Amino acid sequence: MIKQGRYLKYGGQYVPEVLIEELDRVAETYNNIKDTDEFKNEFNDLLNNYANRPSLFYYAKSMTEDLGGAKIYLKREDLNHTGAHKINNVIGQALLAKKMGKKRLIAETGAGQHGVATATIAALFGMECDIYMGQEDTERQKLNVFRIELLGGRVHPVTSGSKVLKDAINAALQEFAANPNEVFYVMGSATGPHPYPTMVKDFQSVISVESKKQIKEIENKLPDKVVACVGGGSNAIGSFADYISEKNVDLIGVEAAGKGVNTNLTAGTIEKGTIGVFHGMKSLFLQNKLGQINPVYSISAGLDYPGVGPEHAYLNDINRAQYVGITDDEAVEAFNYIAKKEGIIAAIESCHAIAYVKKIAPKMNKNQTIICTLSGRGDKDVAAIAKYKGVDVDE
Amino acid sequence: MNRLEEKFKNNKAFIPFVVANDPNLKSTIANIKALADGGADVIEIGIPFSDPVADGPVIQRADVRALKNNDLDIDKLFSMVDEIREYTDVPLMFLTYLNIVLQEGYESFIEKCYFHEIDGLIIPDLPFKERNELLNYINQDKLSLISLVSTNNSESEIKNIVTNSKGFIYLVSSLGVTGERSSFNEDLKDYVQEIKKYSDIPIAIGFGIHERKQANEIAKFSDGVIIGSACVKIVEKYGINADNKLKEYAKMIKEAII
Repeated sequence: MIKQGRYLKYGGQYVPEVLIEELDRVAETYNNIKDTDEFKNEFNDLLNNYANRPSLFYYAKSMTEDLGGAKIYLKREDLNHTGAHKINNVIGQALLAKKMGKKRLIAETGAGQHGVATATIAALFGMECDIYMGQEDTERQKLNVFRIELLGGRVHPVTSGSKVLKDAINAALQEFAANPNEVFYVMGSATGPHPYPTMVKDFQSVISVESKKQIKEIENKLPDKVVACVGGGSNAIGSFADYISEKNVDLIGVEAAGKGVNTNLTAGTIEKGTIGVFHGMKSLFLQNKLGQINPVYSISAGLDYPGVGPEHAYLNDINRAQYVGITDDEAVEAFNYIAKKEGIIAAIESCHAIAYVKKIAPKMNKNQTIICTLSGRGDKDVAAIAKYKGVDVDE
Repeated sequence: MNRLEEKFKNNKAFIPFVVANDPNLKSTIANIKALADGGADVIEIGIPFSDPVADGPVIQRADVRALKNNDLDIDKLFSMVDEIREYTDVPLMFLTYLNIVLQEGYESFIEKCYFHEIDGLIIPDLPFKERNELLNYINQDKLSLISLVSTNNSESEIKNIVTNSKGFIYLVSSLGVTGERSSFNEDLKDYVQEIKKYSDIPIAIGFGIHERKQANEIAKFSDGVIIGSACVKIVEKYGINADNKLKEYAKMIKEAII
């Protein structure tokens, strides 16, 4: 990183002037408090006593034996309160919001996990909560809409554009621009204008800080590979963070290839994207020659995003991390596989990472290890998977 | 003094806005000619973007219409400018998002602006602190990169922005996105005074203005009014036959601000 908020040519703060003042205030407050004992103690207390951390580090014995290669460990973010890694980041940002005196949290959500996590912490902190969700996603993830409402949050279905995650971010940014001094925008991924990519990484880095300690205790060495799924890239950057300086650990981000990276129905941003500016950041985006952002597709609402966090674009450029694509079919197959082999119903997002582990583990030897982050649980996906298989279940 | 700045000399400028290719390029050309005939001093041409985060619903819908047929490219836009230039030398500005400029290439886009006599650029998602990456390619005597000042900017930021700007200052009347409003930040006059403290650069006010009376009020303490959504609404309503309505509207506003 060359300067704050920049990852070589990526990152930055490409937002309307009206937001600059407030973003600077967020960045400044964050920098002032992040290393204080008070903030760290509050953050860790909530992580440990509210969100159920440290998350389990589970040796997937059946998978390992079945695949016949590297030992596979699963970092169980799915066991966090609210069922995904999202809560780590929300706790951090909501604490910051509280310090800044904000009374209302706003957030975008794709699959609904980040919306649920934000509504949860808003309830805990006694704050108001407005969640922006693409209309198509509100239909794909009805249960999460209801969950958010149960928690006291308001869901605003977004009907502009392609009515998915990117449009929800547009709407949340607009609400932020209309009330910059009043609301705190809890960005759900390691995306957006500075300071969000840095802040989200910091809050999610607990995943790799824990897993490093955990694998050292069991294996007495670092993992050979760390694998995580990438939409905007928050669970992946958190899973990578503490290993980035460990050059012998391979870092692999798994994107949603949808129907295939060479089709139009894909979300393979790093594989197929080009440099652009969108949602406040310079990064890689799926777009056309004129610079219009392309509609993207994935079976997974959480990976259905045309861009990627700027640090991932940077890690890809410098070859520190490798990014690969997994199709809908492969992800659904992995969803079935891990359910039957390990008794875990994992989020369809995380199953993209599992699918890639299935490909590489057999080619590795038995002394080697892979850590795969299970970013969320799959209860939310059961109905969609049933539909995909042509089974009619009554929600 | 360039052509843009001259328009503010002893004159309250009326700056309307339409989106290119809404609903097609031929009608956009007719609409811009009509606005010029109606007395517009400067005309803003929006290059449509798939995700216009600084714009409200009216302009969002215009961008959707303009991109619907997926038939637009940069060269068609500049050919459109050439056709307009055969008719009028009214200063023309592009308003678009940074990604559009970046995809063409900063240098190439700016060269084309010079060649086709575009007078200014407004890029809402390029704040002052990030603007150097584009400004490095621009000779502001030929093409003004317009700075936006918001009522949320601090005094020190306002000072920094206005002392480093050319053309005019686009003062954003209220927080949020573009679109018609019934009321404005009451401190707007103070912001104008604040800017005048540091520079004699003209100040045009936009975001939310749509009625004759509002334009008249705003023009009393500023150097110009920018009207976007209200013009785009006319195009939305009258489709390919909006030119005469736009001309009437321009005449009405221009009379109101003299």
